[in-house]
Amino acid sequence: MIIRKERVNDFLNGLRAGYRLYAPVQTQAGPVFAPVNGATGWSWPAGNTLKSAKEVFLPQTETLFTYRTSLDGVQVEEARVEGRVVLLGVRPCDARSLTMLDKVFAGEGVRDPYYTARRENTVVLGLACNEPCGTCFCTSLGGSPFGTAGCDLLWVDLGDRYLVRVLTDRGKALVEGRPEFAPAGDADLAAARELEEGALGRMGTVPVQGVKEKLDRLFADPLWDRVYEKCLGCGTCTYLCPTCHCFDLTDEVIDGLGVRLRTWDACMYPLFTLHASGHNPRPTQKERFRQRIMHKFKYFVDNFRETACVGCGRCIRYCPVNIDIRAVLAEISAG
Amino acid sequence: MGTTEKIREIAAGLLRDGKVDVVIGYGPGTLPLRSTPLFARTVEEAERLIWDATCGNNLAVYLPGRKDRVGIVVKGCDSRAVVQLIHENQIAREQVFVIGVPCAGIIDRRQVEAAVEREIRAAREEGAELVVEGDGWSRRFNREEVLYGACRTCRHNNPVLYDALAGEPLPPRDGGPTLVEIWEKKPAGERRDFILSEMARCIRCYACRNACPMCYCTECFVDSSTPRWLGRATDAGENLFFQIGRVLHLAGRCVACGACSRACPMDIKLGLLLGKMNKDVLELFGHEAGLNPEEPPALNAFRPDDPETFLLGK
Repeated sequence: MIIRKERVNDFLNGLRAGYRLYAPVQTQAGPVFAPVNGATGWSWPAGNTLKSAKEVFLPQTETLFTYRTSLDGVQVEEARVEGRVVLLGVRPCDARSLTMLDKVFAGEGVRDPYYTARRENTVVLGLACNEPCGTCFCTSLGGSPFGTAGCDLLWVDLGDRYLVRVLTDRGKALVEGRPEFAPAGDADLAAARELEEGALGRMGTVPVQGVKEKLDRLFADPLWDRVYEKCLGCGTCTYLCPTCHCFDLTDEVIDGLGVRLRTWDACMYPLFTLHASGHNPRPTQKERFRQRIMHKFKYFVDNFRETACVGCGRCIRYCPVNIDIRAVLAEISAG
Repeated sequence: MGTTEKIREIAAGLLRDGKVDVVIGYGPGTLPLRSTPLFARTVEEAERLIWDATCGNNLAVYLPGRKDRVGIVVKGCDSRAVVQLIHENQIAREQVFVIGVPCAGIIDRRQVEAAVEREIRAAREEGAELVVEGDGWSRRFNREEVLYGACRTCRHNNPVLYDALAGEPLPPRDGGPTLVEIWEKKPAGERRDFILSEMARCIRCYACRNACPMCYCTECFVDSSTPRWLGRATDAGENLFFQIGRVLHLAGRCVACGACSRACPMDIKLGLLLGKMNKDVLELFGHEAGLNPEEPPALNAFRPDDPETFLLGK
């Protein structure tokens, strides 16, 4: 289907009756996903958002339930996940990361009710990347700037109009019968194909072939002594990463009123694996850095047969000491 | 001989003569306008050291607790951190060979990125100009105009402590009022609103803390679980509590290098809070951290005429 740009506003206003809208909103530091009212106050970002779309499904701070303790016992009140959402302008790498988070939080066996409810309630409107950034390497990891994994709809910017690919029933329900859309013609499809080929031609490649097999036997390799050395041990890479999903659970209680919080946590922090005994199985930054690489490129593959990196490039862009995961992967490949 | 060549020569000499085990300097980054810390352990590795206006990281962050002998490349601000770390017994003076670099200021890449509004694919310095290029475009900046705010008003651009100097000392700057001096004149409500809006962005990645050479506590108060000083929720209040705790802990110790602000992925103006603290310490105790290897830090010294305005009844 096709929607002309001047009609997008009408489409979004029509959605507001049934959905809350989230879109990339510009902040001082860069765009982040936030609630919006229709078509104003936000814009499709040129590259990617600063924070990934994961925070819409796995918020950095989330109240799981509240409770009151008294002499009569404990009363628990569960936090409820809000209604239906349309998430606008998700790049294909971020959308694909949701399919990986699904394996952890909405897979066989374990179904996290909060995450699952948000996933079921949210329509992901993807936006193809006509101009991938210099730090993008999604194609090396099985993704594509025009990839559809994790999207309910994928929009392709054709200049004065968007080509709309309908990918799921949820996506179909959003656009079906809406007067703003018209059937796509051959010229539209050809224009999108040309943009896709152009985008693919701009992608950098990173040697990830065989990295898993290398990592299977590199746990005790001296390589880690070198690659971690400049790491400061902050959580920027993990917190901006669309696939990092480790969390902490804490109870915060004041005068018998308690809140159970789920908050992001990071393998980069010493406290992450500190035992109650005082022992820490990852005592230095070397072990913590290794864990981040191992989790993405080995353990996740062991568990889910997929690499937990979508090549969005955020860790490269925002690392305060310019640790470049592409260089680390190249070193592992060569190791 | 350029600064880069001079650094390489000094570093290679130190490593060849076995005077140090490692030289910590800067190497080329993988992105435009970025350099990256480089740990050179051989003469060959020393050949990869560079110096340019992207060498922003304060490498003194890698010093606390080291057991080896280390050569380190420092700017004026970084050298103050080395002095302060020696004061605080985090590294021994004889353990460190300080390679000082007179610094003409570091380029604020976010400022450049915001000005061009497009992806920068390459950047280089040409004399007093910075040239940035993207796909089919290029733009020139007056280098001086795209420096970090703290660099534009820096009064300590020459290293205060060094064993070898890579380059000629530069004239000290007098860049006019600092950001703190401008900011502290604003009404209290405006300052409070600004700080809270900055803190609301914080994602508690602790890049500020970890990039800071003075934040070397084995266990930071934010990581303490018994007792838990700080809630885990990421909201403006908890975030502000973290930053206030950090700023107070750095009283009389912050060397104003700006590493915290530069490391922050959310571009939070941390330098304002720390700058204000530094200004207060200077006005109250006449002390600036890390400037003088002979002078004890403000919190280590007591003078009978120290102001005690914090005491009740004063």
